[in-house]
Amino acid sequence: MGEDDPVSYSYIGVLAFILVGTLWLEVLLRTRVLRRWRRLVLSIVPVAVLFCLWDIYAIASGHWDFDIAHITGVYLLGDLPIDEVLFFVVVPLAGILALEGVRSAKRGRAGWEAGDESDRESDAS
Amino acid sequence: MTYTALAILGCVVVVALDLWAFRTRLVTRRVFWAAYAIIVFFQLLTNGVLTGLRIVRYNDDAIIGSSTPGTFGNATDAPPPFFGDGRIAYAPIEDLLFGFALVTLTLVLWIYWGRRGVQRDPQSGPPLFPRRHPPSP
Repeated sequence: MGEDDPVSYSYIGVLAFILVGTLWLEVLLRTRVLRRWRRLVLSIVPVAVLFCLWDIYAIASGHWDFDIAHITGVYLLGDLPIDEVLFFVVVPLAGILALEGVRSAKRGRAGWEAGDESDRESDAS
Repeated sequence: MTYTALAILGCVVVVALDLWAFRTRLVTRRVFWAAYAIIVFFQLLTNGVLTGLRIVRYNDDAIIGSSTPGTFGNATDAPPPFFGDGRIAYAPIEDLLFGFALVTLTLVLWIYWGRRGVQRDPQSGPPLFPRRHPPSP
């Protein structure tokens, strides 16, 4: 990161698009993912750590790199752009919202179980 | 290891975790694949932006099927091929495996914690505007 590199939000903008494209599910399909935040944290943090390690290895091995003109220029743990760390939080969150969105739409239908259903139908909405 | 080898390994490990370690068996469930079909469509879209704009740039030696010289680093600002030369929607085909491993492992853990009773409730739904004639179960 040089002194002359301006901060760019291109990558952050893509992440914002992913958030905007999925967070509405929480309201309109009542996915209730954010309010189950402890389960959310327990699911995302291990995955984010694992994939950050993969990322650090891939960057060190020269598998890929990032254009300084398109990222914030803030790095964690050496060469890992913070934009990329946020990617590993935003994408798993979007994935969970997508799964719970489908479950909301298919609620109560046989053959659409995900395996964590409780015995009682919680209709406390 | 190359990106190709790591991406395949990542998928194998995640499927093994799903089937035998966490026993969530998501890859055998219709709801998972329905959600994944939606996810992979948006992956192609957003990852196409990341790779097409060259926000992230791939080393052609690390991905399979690529013969494009000089598209790594600051060699050129030209986008990679949209399709072909080891790429789908600008992104290396390995990214589809990477994305599968990333998303599936997340969903395996999410369902695993639910099965363990960690915030199983409140469950998802019903939609704010449910269908007028809900399909019979």
